[in-house]
Amino acid sequence: MRLLSSSVSITRYKVKGKIQGSLVQTIVDGLKKNFITEIDNQPMEKAAGWTSFDNPYLPDFETSSCVIGAHFVFSLRIDKKNIPPKTIKKYYTLEMAKRLAESGREYFSRNEKSQIKEYVVNALSLSIPATPNIYDIIWNYDGSSLWFFSNQKAANEDLETLFSKSFGLTLIRLFPYTMADLASGITDKERDLLSTISPTKFMD
Amino acid sequence: MLDVSIAYNRYKFLGHEFLTWLWFIMEVDPACILKAESDMVSLEVDNRIVLENSFDNRIENIRIKGDEAGFEEAKLSLQKGGVVTELNFSLKIGDHEWKFNIKGESLNISSLKSPETGKIEKKEDIEGAVLEKIYLYEKVVLLVENLYKQFIRIRVSSKWKNETIPLIKKWIKS
Repeated sequence: MRLLSSSVSITRYKVKGKIQGSLVQTIVDGLKKNFITEIDNQPMEKAAGWTSFDNPYLPDFETSSCVIGAHFVFSLRIDKKNIPPKTIKKYYTLEMAKRLAESGREYFSRNEKSQIKEYVVNALSLSIPATPNIYDIIWNYDGSSLWFFSNQKAANEDLETLFSKSFGLTLIRLFPYTMADLASGITDKERDLLSTISPTKFMD
Repeated sequence: MLDVSIAYNRYKFLGHEFLTWLWFIMEVDPACILKAESDMVSLEVDNRIVLENSFDNRIENIRIKGDEAGFEEAKLSLQKGGVVTELNFSLKIGDHEWKFNIKGESLNISSLKSPETGKIEKKEDIEGAVLEKIYLYEKVVLLVENLYKQFIRIRVSSKWKNETIPLIKKWIKS
C-alpha cells in the first residue's frame, strides 16, 4: 500500500538495535544487498525485496535517495505469480495424458504425479508475469520506530525477515502487549503487574 | 519479554478492553480525551463498531455499520458481556478531520483517511507531500499511543478495579 494513497493502513514497529558505522551508507548497502529481482521468465513463483519509493519498478539506490527529512523512506516489493488452480489442472491433465501415451503405461506412482505437477507449475511460471505489490516503509531511525503501510500478515512477515537479513536489526511489532511493555513508560513494578493481569468482566 | 506470538494471543484482551474503555471515556468524559492532543476538537465513534461476545464456547461477532447507525445494539451486546474488538473513529483537530479504524487485538490502524494535501504535479513535489503525510499520520499514531499509555497506567493500577470498572458497568447499564 502506498503512503500517498487516500486511505492507508499502518503497522507500527519498534526497531531494536543500532547500526555501527556510517548510517546512510549501511542502510543503502542493506537495501542494495536485498533489492527486488525480476522473476518474469524465471521458474519462480514469488520474490520479495526492497525497491525505491519513487521508482518501484526500476529500483536504483544509487540515483534515488531513500532519505526524506529525518526519515528513511523505501518500499518492500513482493512479486507473485498467481496461476489459477484450474489452469494448473488443465495442463497437468494434458501432460499426464502425453506422458502415459509416450511410455505406454497405464498409470503413474504418486511420486511421479507430484513430479509432473511440479514440472507443469514451473513451465507455467515461465510464461506468466508476476503481479507486483508495493508496500511503503517510513523508518524514523533516531526514534527507533518504523511504519509499514500494510496490515497483511504475510507482507508483515516478509518485512520482518528481510529487515533482519538486510540490516541486522530486529523489528518488534507493536500490539497490545508490546506497546504496554515497550512504549508506555511503565515502571518495573507496573510491568510485574502487567504480566499477571487477566481479562476484565465488565458485566457479572 | 514473552515470546511475541504467545504475548499476542494471551494479551489481545488488553486491546479489546482499551477500545471498550475508550468508547466509555468518549461518551462520559470527552474532556479527558482532549488532553491527549492540544488542538483536538473532538474524537468520536464514527460509523462502525465490531463487538465480540463469547458464551457456551461459541464466539458471536456483532457488526454495526452505517452513517446513521445508532449504537444501542452495541450497548446491548456489552450488557450481555461483550467487548469491543474494532472501532471506527472521527478525529477533528482545528478545521481538519481524520477517519480511521483500530482493531483491538493488534492495535493496527487501518482505513486511515487524513485531511487532503496539495496535488503532486512534478517529481520535486513528492518529498514535500511525503513529509506532509507523515505529519498528518503522526497525529493519529501519537494520539493512539498517548491514549493507550493513559489506559495502561490505569489498567495496572488499583484505580481500574476500584473506580473505572464500576463506572464502566454503570455506563453499560445506562
